[in-house]
Amino acid sequence: MPIRISEGGFDPSGELAAFEATQTPGSFGATASFVGTMRDLNEGDAVTGMTLEHYPAMTEKELSRIVDEAIDAFDILDALIVHRVGEIAPGEPIVLTAVCSAHRAAAFDACRWLMEELKRRAPFWKQERLADGGSRWVQRNTPG
Amino acid sequence: MSISVKFFASLREAVPGAAPRIDHRDGDTVSAVWQRATDGAAMPDHVLCSVNLEHRQPHESVADGDEVAFFPPVTGG
Repeated sequence: MPIRISEGGFDPSGELAAFEATQTPGSFGATASFVGTMRDLNEGDAVTGMTLEHYPAMTEKELSRIVDEAIDAFDILDALIVHRVGEIAPGEPIVLTAVCSAHRAAAFDACRWLMEELKRRAPFWKQERLADGGSRWVQRNTPG
Repeated sequence: MSISVKFFASLREAVPGAAPRIDHRDGDTVSAVWQRATDGAAMPDHVLCSVNLEHRQPHESVADGDEVAFFPPVTGG
């Protein structure tokens, strides 16, 4: 289960435990993970909710490719991406990336790389709902 | 056969009357598909394009039966 698009809320801890359970016990000495969570403030404005749109089929294809490339490029055993779509509320998780490897350096490096590639290549778009009743598309990602 | 054309996010709202399907013509490119599907609307800066779910550039060719998509810079994660 290297990638999953979730149309409802998901539990990052449960996803991470399930991911580790797919690995051979004793085969990995490091697990690194990143969770992106929706904030209630962006560019100085209060945000009450968000719609995350994606391009079905292309998104899954691109995420799978990113995972495959990470496994080729880093000394890791496996990688996971879970990404939410649809209606999201502040405080809810948006994305989880996780990596299992023998040692910590590759796990940390690959986990960061997964996130940066996802934000650069995967077809997702955020539309924020503002506290004043308006809405707007997020124009670009932050540098990190 | 024909070409399927998709628009996503803010770009879909920018060209609300765009055609979801157009006839294929010899020598078609991604850019030519945009022009015919949007009835000649100017392509905004920084538009991303795909053909059959793969990222492509506006000058690249399009074949009969392809699915072409246009979208703004991605903002996931």
